[in-house]
Amino acid sequence: MISPHGGQLVNRLLKEEAREQAEEKAYILPRLGVGDDLAKDVENIARGVLSPLEGFVGREDYQSVLRSMRLANDVPWTIPMVLDVSEERADRFREGKDVALFHKGKPLAIMHLEEKYRYDKEEHARRVFGTTSQAHAGVAKLDKMGEVLLGGKVDLINASTSRFGEYKLSPFETRVLFKEKGWRTVVGFQTRNVPHLGHEYVQKTALSFVDGIFINPLIGRKKKGDFKDEVILEAYATLLKNYFLRDNAVLAILETEMRYAGPREAIFHAIMRKNFGCTHFIVGRDHAGVGDFYDPFAAHRIFEEFPDLGIAPLFFRTFFYCKRCGMVANEKTCPHSEESRVNFSGTRIRKMLSLGEVPPAELMRPEVVEVINRYENPFVE
Amino acid sequence: MAEKGEFASMTIPSTLYKRLEEMIEETDFDSVSAYATYLLREALTPLEVESEEVLSEEEEEKVKERLRALGYLD
Repeated sequence: MISPHGGQLVNRLLKEEAREQAEEKAYILPRLGVGDDLAKDVENIARGVLSPLEGFVGREDYQSVLRSMRLANDVPWTIPMVLDVSEERADRFREGKDVALFHKGKPLAIMHLEEKYRYDKEEHARRVFGTTSQAHAGVAKLDKMGEVLLGGKVDLINASTSRFGEYKLSPFETRVLFKEKGWRTVVGFQTRNVPHLGHEYVQKTALSFVDGIFINPLIGRKKKGDFKDEVILEAYATLLKNYFLRDNAVLAILETEMRYAGPREAIFHAIMRKNFGCTHFIVGRDHAGVGDFYDPFAAHRIFEEFPDLGIAPLFFRTFFYCKRCGMVANEKTCPHSEESRVNFSGTRIRKMLSLGEVPPAELMRPEVVEVINRYENPFVE
Repeated sequence: MAEKGEFASMTIPSTLYKRLEEMIEETDFDSVSAYATYLLREALTPLEVESEEVLSEEEEEKVKERLRALGYLD
């Protein structure tokens, strides 16, 4: 089994007596309420998804991630995992003391606060998102964040209840699952969309070279117009049931927000899948991109800077359906002209679906279309 | 490209340095140091290694039970 990122799978879930004690203690500690996105980060840290991180990064790691795309110990890491608070609130917490993190009124975790530090939002935006434009969703979110960051390890008291609990597996669980299935090589597929035939072609092409595929839709805050989480999940469950072998494909969710950080996020996505036990990771065109903020293949090129990532990227370019070939193809495999080609345009497919039209079978499986059409509005509003 | 952080020096035979210098001609590497850093990082991380078992037998059995209950395993 592939080694987790940084060498060890982090487990900071409190159990039994320790959990009970921490829960009691949470009510007498200085309290910090966190929203859904941060609660997911806490849980992902505690469950090992973000190994080797054991908490939110301190100043040294933060600056190193921003400037070198590595933690201070040289381990590749591209998105700083930070916990922000207002200056006023930060004054209530003392370095070296514990803070109780609450989510929706319940104790979520104990944070062992190691340091508080200020940061430069403009630099953060420029380095992580490659832009300071407020039109970028990540930059707009950053702008609303508090002025102070808190660094320190976290211990999870209560895991959140997921709407999709039956699809939620921890890296410890996926690693047992892959071992039981006898998979030595596993390709991870990140998605935030319903599957069309282009996706399926990429998945099956990659699967041809490895033992299994781990389809891992990202569940969490997305932008307006994206497909709703439940639609994505049900569409994939239907695709797998009808068009994949059960022995070679696993569907499980990853609860985290999209950062839309393009190339940096592609590396981040690969690291998380490595922790789940994947040996390979599919990187498509404009991975984790938004609008036209990134060059469509910047997310491919960035991998050249990480020979020590420990998970092999599989790069895919653009696919289309060729009427003359009678199959999904790409520029390397199809000699026919543009007129013969039907592009897998997400925008076009979304438009057809929102108008109640049925995308043709060469674009999307009829079973998948049927699932989507069951929803009055399948899109995030 | 990542920005440069702190550095330390190391000594390598000058013949090796010359070979590396020749190798980076017409590549994106702007210095022998950048290329040597790349090669060293590559060498430090084998793609597949056997990781130690992190779960006890009892914990692993519990995981398998959950996986069976969810339909992931028969």
